[in-house]
Amino acid sequence: MNSRIASVAFNTFREAVRDRVLYNLIAFAVLISAAAILVGEISIEVERMVVVNLGLTAVSLFGVVIAIFIGIGLVSKEIDKKTLYTVLSRPLRRWEFVVGKFFGLAGTLVVNTLFMAVGVFLALLYVTHRFQRGDLPVLAALYFIVLEFLIVCALALFFSSFSTPIMSAVFTFALFVIGNLADDLRGFARVTTGLAGAIAQAAGYIVPNFSAFNIVNQAAHGDSVPARLIFYNTVYALLFSAMAISGAVIVFQRRNLK
Amino acid sequence: MTTAAVEIFDLEKTYRVGFWRKRQKLALRPLRLTIEQGEVFGFLGPNGAGKTTTLKLLMGLAPPTAGTAQILGMEIHDPRVRAQIGFLPEQPYFYDHLTARELLTYYAQLSGVPAAERFPRVAAMLKRVGIEGSSDVQLRKYSKGMLQRVGLAQAILHDPKVVFLDEPMSGLDPMGRREVRELIQQLQSEGKTVFFSTHILSDAEALCDRVAVIHQGELRGVGSVAELTRQSQSKVEIIFCAANLPPALAALGVETRISGEMVNVVASQERQDSVLEILRRERLHLISLTPVRSSLEEYYVEKLRSKQSGKGASA
Repeated sequence: MNSRIASVAFNTFREAVRDRVLYNLIAFAVLISAAAILVGEISIEVERMVVVNLGLTAVSLFGVVIAIFIGIGLVSKEIDKKTLYTVLSRPLRRWEFVVGKFFGLAGTLVVNTLFMAVGVFLALLYVTHRFQRGDLPVLAALYFIVLEFLIVCALALFFSSFSTPIMSAVFTFALFVIGNLADDLRGFARVTTGLAGAIAQAAGYIVPNFSAFNIVNQAAHGDSVPARLIFYNTVYALLFSAMAISGAVIVFQRRNLK
Repeated sequence: MTTAAVEIFDLEKTYRVGFWRKRQKLALRPLRLTIEQGEVFGFLGPNGAGKTTTLKLLMGLAPPTAGTAQILGMEIHDPRVRAQIGFLPEQPYFYDHLTARELLTYYAQLSGVPAAERFPRVAAMLKRVGIEGSSDVQLRKYSKGMLQRVGLAQAILHDPKVVFLDEPMSGLDPMGRREVRELIQQLQSEGKTVFFSTHILSDAEALCDRVAVIHQGELRGVGSVAELTRQSQSKVEIIFCAANLPPALAALGVETRISGEMVNVVASQERQDSVLEILRRERLHLISLTPVRSSLEEYYVEKLRSKQSGKGASA
């Protein structure tokens, strides 16, 4: 990463921290602590499952909300507030700015997820009293959630490069929901013929396949995660994000600043 | 021969507006202008004249519809140019979560100031614009005047050769305006080229080697203040004794003011002879006849009112 991209990324991260984005961790801590204490009353068989399920779902939801709501403002807010004028009149290329903003938000989400992951493992320790080999899939699930965030950030950035913040939020959230149903969409395409089948098949491959990243149930049951899936998901997330960021760069490159 | 600081070759900008972006709005007609190195150049015009559009095109913030420009002999889209220029936008906005010191350090990083030089240079700049006392306060707590100082600091932080200032005095109190004027003079004495847009004519008159007048996206005139005011219609002030204003003089349509037994007439040089003829005929006592120096304001107003285009005006 060149020093200009690193500077933009660090400034984006610092802005998120100073705008109290990480305060969501307090709500997360309260939620996970309450869940751990409450499920302690239930049978030992299911309390681990409940904590893992609830914890990972909360990590995902909190992160996606942050990714969407900060992501849609990454570029548009700078254009509206005209802070870009004094940035882009320097030896900084527009693509470097977009990539730096992406890395800044991705960094914020990684730090946020790290803290939440610590919360999930502390809650697990509280209910099971010791870590076990079956907890390793929880780490893989957390890694997949981070990959999911990268795609959501990149999509939010892409939509915000040509649309209003509200519409960008709607588009990104819609794609997040549809992407979580991508497997169902592909299944539907297999049993449908004609135009509807073709559309469902095309949509199933165009939307980001978030369902492949959702291994919360496997992690809750302690089932191991194949290394091949980790590799494929990593490559998929990086390629999809790179495509969305490239789209954002192409649009932003031609944009008039008002 | 030295390379010009700024050379603009028929730079033009048209925006597409409306829901389907089919309507065209002309913001800048083909503009041709040359600014030499070391000059303080004033870009004058009312709001919406095309001053900010020109600066945005030069800064690469908006692509031109046609034409091109060079800064220090390099094309404006060449990233190397950016290290040589400083820019203060009109009513600058900065990251308000940062302190002035953090902001300047960030801009120094983006401008490629070596790490070892950043800290002393930022400290010196904070002192130069007089905000070292509040340099560790977040910008969201700054007043407009203080933000303008931060804006000036970031524009000259990396020691650029050409400084572009968009309405640098706007919204400042008299003291602030004076400080900005002094800063521009200092920059000139350091050999830098300063290109600033303004609609405050007294500032331009006091500071600029040359000025250009732009109106409705069209260049109406360019030259030194002395040249331009000479071009403007010259007037004379004639004072004479009379109890009443002679009817013939009133019919001439000149500006008159009567105080006691003194009549003060301001007329164009072409009408000077007609006025004097009337005074001789009426046997009135002439007290004085003085040429009135045309001000930049008069030239400016004349150019803004003129219907004829200033096409062909060149630097």
